[in-house]
Amino acid sequence: MATILSLVGLMISASLVNNVVLSQFLGLCPFLGVSKKTDTALGMGGACIFVITLASLVCSIIYKFILDPLDLSYLKTIVFILVIAMLVQFVEMILKKYIVSLYRALGVYLPLITTNCAVLGVALNNVTDGYTILQSVICGFATAVGFTIAIVILAGLREKMEYNDIPAPFRGMPLVLLTSGLMAIAFTGFSALK
Amino acid sequence: MSSEFKKGALGFRQDTPAERFFNGLIAENPTLVLMIGMCPTLAVTSSAINGLGMGLATTFVLALSNAVISALRKTIPSTVRIPSFIVVIASFVTLVELLMKAYVPTLNKALGVYIPLIVVNCIIFGRAEAYASKHGIVPSFFDGIGMGIGFTCAITVIGLIREFIGAGTAFDVQILGEGTVVPGAVGNFLSGYQPISIFIQQAGAFFVLAFLIAIMNKVKANMAAKGKDTSKFGEGCCSSSEEKAADKIIADKEKDEKEAE
Repeated sequence: MATILSLVGLMISASLVNNVVLSQFLGLCPFLGVSKKTDTALGMGGACIFVITLASLVCSIIYKFILDPLDLSYLKTIVFILVIAMLVQFVEMILKKYIVSLYRALGVYLPLITTNCAVLGVALNNVTDGYTILQSVICGFATAVGFTIAIVILAGLREKMEYNDIPAPFRGMPLVLLTSGLMAIAFTGFSALK
Repeated sequence: MSSEFKKGALGFRQDTPAERFFNGLIAENPTLVLMIGMCPTLAVTSSAINGLGMGLATTFVLALSNAVISALRKTIPSTVRIPSFIVVIASFVTLVELLMKAYVPTLNKALGVYIPLIVVNCIIFGRAEAYASKHGIVPSFFDGIGMGIGFTCAITVIGLIREFIGAGTAFDVQILGEGTVVPGAVGNFLSGYQPISIFIQQAGAFFVLAFLIAIMNKVKANMAAKGKDTSKFGEGCCSSSEEKAADKIIADKEKDEKEAE
């Protein structure tokens, strides 16, 4: 029971309290770039959940059974980035061949995820925080859910703001950043949940 | 060799060390003009010292990885260049991480996961792809130095702004607010300042960057009005490429739907 409670606590903290974009600034590029429409934001979020969960699993297995026993933990950055890049390609190939419906929904977003620093950031954080494999997977999943929540909210706000009259220098990126700043303030409210 | 040469940034001769240096520092400043590498810009600028440390670490990686990639540019087949670049960059990042852990442990702790994440900083990969893989070792090295120092200056200034407004300090020296180091009547006046702590929190990063980009947009509009070349200005973040990809996804989807009908 206690372990389940601690896992739930981990999920809440990873998805809402320490939101990956709004409080850790990881994965900002897709957050700012792919948030024009709610549809695409949802697709990106779905692809992120899939890839980050899988990458957390694979990276923590590699760390636990290869890097740590051989005392090679200083190689983790190099190994993780290559593993993630390979994994994304591999997932894309498998989905294309065997699960076509999922590929049609998420496939187009997969190449964009290789450059997403959230994937590497979560994998590295799992190692620094000393999580077990189960905890890493839960943490990866919850982080990606947090990313999805944030990007979908931002996309909804941007759709509403599209027709507003905004001073010329603030059009585009500055307005998106200001909106994200206000969202970050709202999300600090979750820190009371800790 | 003819005496005529192509003029580069600020009237220096193209591809000389000095031209590369000032190109990175001013003409193509990665943060303010090209607008790439925004994740670390937001994440580590809660104080000027953090910004400076992050900037110098990035400069080190950028200069050395540029030099190595340039030296290997004829050896690496173009089909496997991306993974090869990543391995070179990641090796230098690991080097920096180990050095910082040994000699500046407090800074290393403050920057945390953002040091290994230099690997995915688009400035480094962007310069490797756009410059170092096509030019000689010396100009590539100085291109890295210039870009790195440009990045360092920009994020140190952003850190200074946030720190000054948010905590009343500059490089950890209390200037505004209670406990100011300024003596006399001026100090008395300054100590009345109430720090706006939102600026050193996460939201402040978004706000400061938003205003900075708005100012650069204004500069760009003024330059365009005077008929100067503004093609180098980025749209903000590496996301401009992602934005294009996203637009393409939407267009493709709409096309599919029409075909289905």
